[in-house]
Amino acid sequence: MSRRALLKAGVAGGAALLVARWLYTSTSPPPRGTQDAGGFDPAARSVVAAIIPVFLDGALPGGAEASAAQAQTLDAVERIIAGLPPATRKELADLFSLLVFPPSRCLIAGVWSSWPDATREAIASFLTRWSESRFALLRSAHAALHQLVFSAWYANPRAWPAIGYPGPPSLGSG
Amino acid sequence: MDLDLQRPPHLPDPFRDGLAAGWKAIDASTLAEDRVFEADVAIVGTGAGGGTAAEILSAAGLSVLMIEEGPLATSSDFRMREADAYPQLYQESASRKTGDKAINILQGRCVGGGTTVNWTSSFRTPEATLRYWHDAFGLEGFAAADLAPWFERMERRLGIAPWLVAPNQNNEVLRRGAQALGVEVGTIRRNVVGCWNIGYCGMGCPTNAKQSMLVTTIPAALSRGATLLTRTRAWKLEPASGPGGRIGALECLGLDARGTDPTPRRIVVRAKTFIAAAGAIGTPALLLRSNVPDPHGVVGKRTFLHPTVVSAALMPERVAGFAGAPQSIYSDQFLGGATDGPIGYKLEAPPIHPVLAAITLPGLGPAHARWMHELPHLQVIIALLRDGFHRDSPGGKVVLRSDGSPLLEYGLNDYFWDGARRALATMAQIQFAAGATSVMPVHGSATSFTRWPEARQAIAALPLAPLVTPVVSAHVMGGCPIGPDVRRSAVDSSGRYHHLENLYVLDGSVFPTSIGANPQLSIYAVSAKLASALGETLRPRPVGQRD
Repeated sequence: MSRRALLKAGVAGGAALLVARWLYTSTSPPPRGTQDAGGFDPAARSVVAAIIPVFLDGALPGGAEASAAQAQTLDAVERIIAGLPPATRKELADLFSLLVFPPSRCLIAGVWSSWPDATREAIASFLTRWSESRFALLRSAHAALHQLVFSAWYANPRAWPAIGYPGPPSLGSG
Repeated sequence: MDLDLQRPPHLPDPFRDGLAAGWKAIDASTLAEDRVFEADVAIVGTGAGGGTAAEILSAAGLSVLMIEEGPLATSSDFRMREADAYPQLYQESASRKTGDKAINILQGRCVGGGTTVNWTSSFRTPEATLRYWHDAFGLEGFAAADLAPWFERMERRLGIAPWLVAPNQNNEVLRRGAQALGVEVGTIRRNVVGCWNIGYCGMGCPTNAKQSMLVTTIPAALSRGATLLTRTRAWKLEPASGPGGRIGALECLGLDARGTDPTPRRIVVRAKTFIAAAGAIGTPALLLRSNVPDPHGVVGKRTFLHPTVVSAALMPERVAGFAGAPQSIYSDQFLGGATDGPIGYKLEAPPIHPVLAAITLPGLGPAHARWMHELPHLQVIIALLRDGFHRDSPGGKVVLRSDGSPLLEYGLNDYFWDGARRALATMAQIQFAAGATSVMPVHGSATSFTRWPEARQAIAALPLAPLVTPVVSAHVMGGCPIGPDVRRSAVDSSGRYHHLENLYVLDGSVFPTSIGANPQLSIYAVSAKLASALGETLRPRPVGQRD
């Protein structure tokens, strides 16, 4: 990468971060009930539904089981979010708003199609870019998605045969 | 109901038996109306500090009320599944994070607190730590000789003894690799009686072998008539009316059945004495919310973790790190006796269950899946860095979010990363010496190595940074340090808050630094010492009785 390209990337990254910060602070308290799952609305679900097969590429079962495994993982992510404290649910809701909102999806995530239409390659490169971003905020957002999806899938007994985990032992007399 | 089939009916659950026999336990998520409770002593938190205090103070004849934010879950509820255990038994579903999210904190939140979910490792406080507390903070009465009887007492109480069973393979690799390099290792003592060696300590012991507060001190207090409130968040200490610095009441919030959100229920606790034992994040947060007098601004400062870095390896043999006592071998070779030099670290092995492994391994897609597919051959060593002994190691700071919930701000600086780098190298070298075919210093680059020389070179150049290098911690300490100097400590050497007459802190938050070892036994011994003296002070003396 030339020095000029590097500078350009730096400036663009800085602008993206400013937008992100603005969005983070300007989306604060929308009137929500206390019992919601932190804004895990259909739009947020579409983001998670799109990233699940990318994080879990090579981990999910193939064939007929694939879609059931993905659906269960999506539901498990929703359950996990619902079990988090209000402040964390709010942060995740902000993150999902940012990913759903087309301008920030394009500018900050670099995903130019809507989530259901985005290619796996585009999503994988978005996740990798964030994980390697020089902005700690974007790295932390990636870490949150990483933790949500992998917790959701590997807590599922369906995931265990492929990784050789026998599950908890029986406590029966034996 | 396959889960129920896994638990034969003959396995006892003494806590449920106690409840059936009339122990007083109230789940605030089920309250239909606000409530007021009175007691001689109100204890916030039921972990290593609060549980120990509850037993000792109830034995002194005082009426005790225990207030726990988490749920009451007992051995019948412990199904050894990560999907259940983390949301049920841990703070923030085991995903509590520091302010910048660079450190993931595993912290218990249930009756018994961390003791219900810890991995049973029991170490006396290292003498170097106690000497530092004396030399740097002027703390008297906490030298190794002063604490020895309290260690002995709690070791007896909790069945703490050397683990004589062979280590599981994950720990055996640590032992073997270390010994091949001439690195000294030791066997960890554990607080278990009749342990089945299953390996699920972190999800609640299903057989009641682990001598946590849930099966020892809390039942003892309840059987003497103490009351236990669960799903009850201690929110604010209210000053007593009249002159003098006293707390009159504690306002608590009922929590919903999920344990995440407050309900409209308010619970007021009136007591003669209040004990904060909510852990090193919860205790400072309670004091900060309550606006207790803090003229030197010490509350919540110098809160410590043992920031921990991780090294993963693939072994040719089966390791099965999900089975067997999770921690049985350790090395203090790199902890360092001197406390003013580079940061030291303790080496241990963790349990390797699918979710813990998956969230710790970096990367995504096929690269991540390849490591997960090797789970039975996965070997993991962790290095716990000892914070708080150097001017460049000030720890973190507990602050309050706008909703009053606590947040631990914790910076990771070059002093820390230097130790992290040395620790990653040490762990990789040990793993290769034990025969690893591949070693991955856990890091965002997700690079693995097949030979020690290339690993050594790469680790020396690895760009270490927050949220690039995963850092975890299972231990929280400090934030309300004990000591004689009011400018640098929150409580005096009796555990009493410097600026209030009837508020005590009896938990790991009194430690002036991190411990440099798994802290449960340190918390037991210090809390037992402080609670026993407090019991003597508060002991009811019937009219006319002479001592």
